Amino acid sequence: MNDQTPISREERIEKLQGLGCSRKRVEDARFTQGKGNYIDDLKLPGMLFGDFVRSPYGHARIKSINPEAALAVPGVLAVITAEELKPLALHYMPTLAGDVQAVLADEKVLFQNQEVAFVVATDRYAAADGVELVEVDYEPLPVINDAFKAMDEDAPLLREDIKDKMEGAHGPRKHHNHIFFWEEGDKDGTEKALDDADVVVEELITYQRVHPCPLETCGCVASMDKINGKLTLWGTFQAPHAVRTVASLITNIAEHNIRVISPDIGGGFGNKVGVYPGYICATVASIVTGKPVKWVEDRIENLSSTAFARDYHMTGKIAATKDGKITGLWAHVLADHGAFDACADPTKFPAGFFHIVTGSYDIPVAYVGVDGVYTNKAPGGVAYRCSFRVTEAAYLIERMIDILARKLDMDPAELRIKNFIKKEQFPYQSALGWEYDSGDYHTAMEKAMTTVDYKALRVEQTENRAAFDRGETRSLMGVGVAFFTEIVGAGPVKNCDILGLGMFDSCEIRIHPTGSAIARLGTISQGQGHATTFAQILASEIGIPAEDITLEEGDTDTAPYGLGTYGSRSTPVAGAATAMAGRKIRAKAQMIAAYLLEVHEGDLEWDVDRFQIKGNPEAHKTMKEIAFASYNQAIPGLEPGLEAVSYYDPPNMTYPFGAYICVVDVDVDTGVIDVRRFYALDDCGTRINPMIIEGQVHGGLTEALAIVMGQEISYDEIGNIKGATLMDFFLPTAVETPNWETGHTTTPSPHHPIGAKGVGESPNVGGVPALSNAVHDAFAHKGLTHTQMPHDHWRVWKVAQKLGLTD
Amino acid sequence: MIPGSFEYHRPSSLDDAIGLLSSLGEDALLVAGGHSLIPMMKLRMAMPEHLVDLQDVQSLKSITVDTNQISLGAMVTQAELIASDELHAACPILRETSLQIADPQIRNLGTIGGNVANGDPGNDMPAIMQMLGATYVLAGPQGTREIAARDFYEAAFFTAREDGEILTTIKFDTPTAGHGWAYEKQKRKIGDYATAAAAVVLTVSGGVCETASIGLTNVADTPLWAEEAAGVLVGSALDEATIKTAANAAVAITDPALDGRGPVEFRKHIAGIMVQRAVAKAAQRAQ
Ligand SMILES: Cc1cc2nc3c(=O)[nH]c(=O)nc-3n(C[C@H](O)[C@H](O)[C@H](O)COP(=O)(O)OP(=O)(O)OC[C@H]3O[C@@H](n4cnc5c(N)ncnc54)[C@H](O)[C@@H]3O)c2cc1C
Repeated sequence: MNDQTPISREERIEKLQGLGCSRKRVEDARFTQGKGNYIDDLKLPGMLFGDFVRSPYGHARIKSINPEAALAVPGVLAVITAEELKPLALHYMPTLAGDVQAVLADEKVLFQNQEVAFVVATDRYAAADGVELVEVDYEPLPVINDAFKAMDEDAPLLREDIKDKMEGAHGPRKHHNHIFFWEEGDKDGTEKALDDADVVVEELITYQRVHPCPLETCGCVASMDKINGKLTLWGTFQAPHAVRTVASLITNIAEHNIRVISPDIGGGFGNKVGVYPGYICATVASIVTGKPVKWVEDRIENLSSTAFARDYHMTGKIAATKDGKITGLWAHVLADHGAFDACADPTKFPAGFFHIVTGSYDIPVAYVGVDGVYTNKAPGGVAYRCSFRVTEAAYLIERMIDILARKLDMDPAELRIKNFIKKEQFPYQSALGWEYDSGDYHTAMEKAMTTVDYKALRVEQTENRAAFDRGETRSLMGVGVAFFTEIVGAGPVKNCDILGLGMFDSCEIRIHPTGSAIARLGTISQGQGHATTFAQILASEIGIPAEDITLEEGDTDTAPYGLGTYGSRSTPVAGAATAMAGRKIRAKAQMIAAYLLEVHEGDLEWDVDRFQIKGNPEAHKTMKEIAFASYNQAIPGLEPGLEAVSYYDPPNMTYPFGAYICVVDVDVDTGVIDVRRFYALDDCGTRINPMIIEGQVHGGLTEALAIVMGQEISYDEIGNIKGATLMDFFLPTAVETPNWETGHTTTPSPHHPIGAKGVGESPNVGGVPALSNAVHDAFAHKGLTHTQMPHDHWRVWKVAQKLGLTD
Repeated sequence: MIPGSFEYHRPSSLDDAIGLLSSLGEDALLVAGGHSLIPMMKLRMAMPEHLVDLQDVQSLKSITVDTNQISLGAMVTQAELIASDELHAACPILRETSLQIADPQIRNLGTIGGNVANGDPGNDMPAIMQMLGATYVLAGPQGTREIAARDFYEAAFFTAREDGEILTTIKFDTPTAGHGWAYEKQKRKIGDYATAAAAVVLTVSGGVCETASIGLTNVADTPLWAEEAAGVLVGSALDEATIKTAANAAVAITDPALDGRGPVEFRKHIAGIMVQRAVAKAAQRAQ
């Protein structure tokens, strides 16, 4: 069965479409033809629909709920309230952050659009009519919409359910609206550095509440089979296995009787990590009726009730010498978590990995403290296209560096270069306890500055400013620089878990007799292209062409256990498991080849897609031949078949980084900002599929643009959410999106089996400070230190007005 | 986001449509392109029991361009307005404006009649029609009547149209050949209504402005015809100082609300900037 036509080694490599190949996405054939299979495409016989009655108030006592009129609507079968859930102890559910969250409002509502009752009907139209007719009598209560007032002495008590529980999941609570206090670093040392410094800058920097806003909203179909006692739950889950375990713990249904399936998911960005009341209510409704029950939220519900992101009020202080050497960093965060603490963070880290806040700089001493508070806003606090709270941290340090540069009258790029961790310092121990695995910041920064001709931009800016002052133009040019370091790939089981589940991940591979394969992973793609890239990793590891490898995720009955996809963890963790499982396959393949070629294993070497005898490449067995042999030969001492599974517990996180530079023109009369140029240089270690990387960078930068230029979820004084539709919530179209230029350097991760680091989130993390710094830079010479995002038209115009630039 | 239930009617003549509206009474609403009405129904801010769809009424779909008069059937879509070269040659501000409404999908369905009859101060065409001095033709059980666009708008979503009347035609004098025009609209993104917008048509002879008309969008609870501001321009050389004075006169009649686009002060300011830019552009285009 030797291959017929001998082809060159290069051709064999090319045929694999392995690492480094810009292979087209295998998913796109169905997505671009409208043949994706999303949760709302699922239709089961007899399926019912559930829809929520939601609170019109931000804070109110529920005096009564009368479902009568709703129940009279033809097709409406049931109206479920907290009273119905109480006997099942399901009116509250545990959150990922150690708090509990009301499934259906228990005696009072704590945020506008909170779930109050669940109407179950034979179709979604009847359900919607029923929702209109449920009569709820509310008594409005005073609202807290400002995190800074949450811990005032006379602040209204929000969480009556835990009012006597002053010991929270992360230590003592110092006020009835306090959730936790968490700190890290050397407080005294940092304060001393601030006291001793030549220069100190301090600023309150708010990263506004935004929302991941995936194109597909959250939803599920729950189906309880009363005959075999099995519950199947289809849904938009970024972590299907974790959902299965949580569902088992909440419902007391044995875990083997629950099957969780994530079909195609239309974007997640952290929004689909948590467990939502809709999942519980649909499940209860299915258990009660014995029929499948679907729940899918609409856009307003998505923006106003399922997991927001950010809402961090960050105070930063930097100490530095007068020639620009940073000597210390101090930060405090007031974290607005909304009505329930439903943040998605590894258990031990209530503020996620915010302590990556020392960024890319060699800062000798640092301290951070974070206070979490309750307010009358929707719960959440998810990692929106970033590892846990990393984008908040990157925004704080990158803004603070610019502010320091301004104070020192130094160029912001130069100040960064002066303080970078040097290549020879890696692995680098940060002042806040992380070990950065690798980096080469100077090279990346230099490449970015050369690419955009940074010096020429500054010259042009000087001319623009002079022309502005002469009244020849009403447009100001800004140059934004950001250099970020991420921490992704959670994470080592020794310190990372979610609800006690270690954050390893997994891959299981089966090689078929004819030399093709199926691989299953514990992760789940939401558009990242896993089926394309993970097949490429395997192709390079086991010498089977990527197109001959099926990749499957998202069905807990078939996939090995894993913690899912978010926080850029798929490639660092599951990608590593894939490579390791591939290596197990190869190790067995080597034994088989040795038997077939009648040599000792040690006499063989691996070459692209085969084992060959050292010094005699003509004598070889291809992976295809080996695969067949594994099924057809009785090999002494070896089991038949060729399969492997790997559960990978990463030794460390990975630390992708990048240098982003952008140029904006600000029209001071209208506040309109034109992003003239944006260059993003990313270093994500080994590059698996450059085309997919580029796509991820484009998408993430577009989200960064959205956040900086307009996204905001805010609330008025009486608790009404503002901007919960796409008319107001800024989602840029192709028209508003500038041309993104990309570049890269490659610094492989030393501990990852293939040196990869994760890239999907970098552009959101680095894009926000780059764009915001550019807007600030446009006004810097006129005296602007800092202004809060979003930099939408009216706020930018206000800045111009305050600086006396308008008439 | 699911509307209440309703009965759907699809007459094929204007008379049938008028008859249906009369017989169904208050609980019936006309639907044209549906791109203002259906979003309201999905939010249950509108809950009609009957929808009378005008799309099969062929007599409402024509564009007529004469040397003296232009008339547009109510059911002409925004996409059709854009596509008509004849219309563009005679009155180019209509294409310029239509291209700034929503996005191509919406413009394929949204009609000129629905846009002006809706009474939403955010819609762009009402200010254009006021600026052009257009007349609306309404047909009802008692026959037809005409009303000036400048008299039509009473408050947000309140117009001079009586229940049972259908807007059939919009007509206006063909603007003088060689006129200058511009529609300047600031918005946050494609698909957004104006923060403020200004429509200008003017004529210039020998370097002097002979006639001018200015309309304003989304800066009050109705569209605005800025008569005084336009008066400032007439007789001037359209120099910067005069344009600024005219813009100030326009701003003086605005009364915008605070919304996601910004506070009142900002939206007034933008109205002024839009007027300045529209006048300057129109002046440049005038022959
Ligand atoms: C996302 C989005 C963005 C938009 N942005 C803009 C924008 O920037 N600028 C803008 O101008 N518009 C905008 N629109 C509105 C769009 O242009 C509408 O299509 C248009 O305003 C209404 O036209 P229609 O044919 O869809 O009317 P419909 O929605 O069918 O009707 C609107 C109202 O007018 C009544 N009506 C319709 N036809 C008649 C008639 N012949 N006689 C009497 N009454 C009638 C209806 O009963 C209804 O009350 C936007 C719409 C959407 C969905």
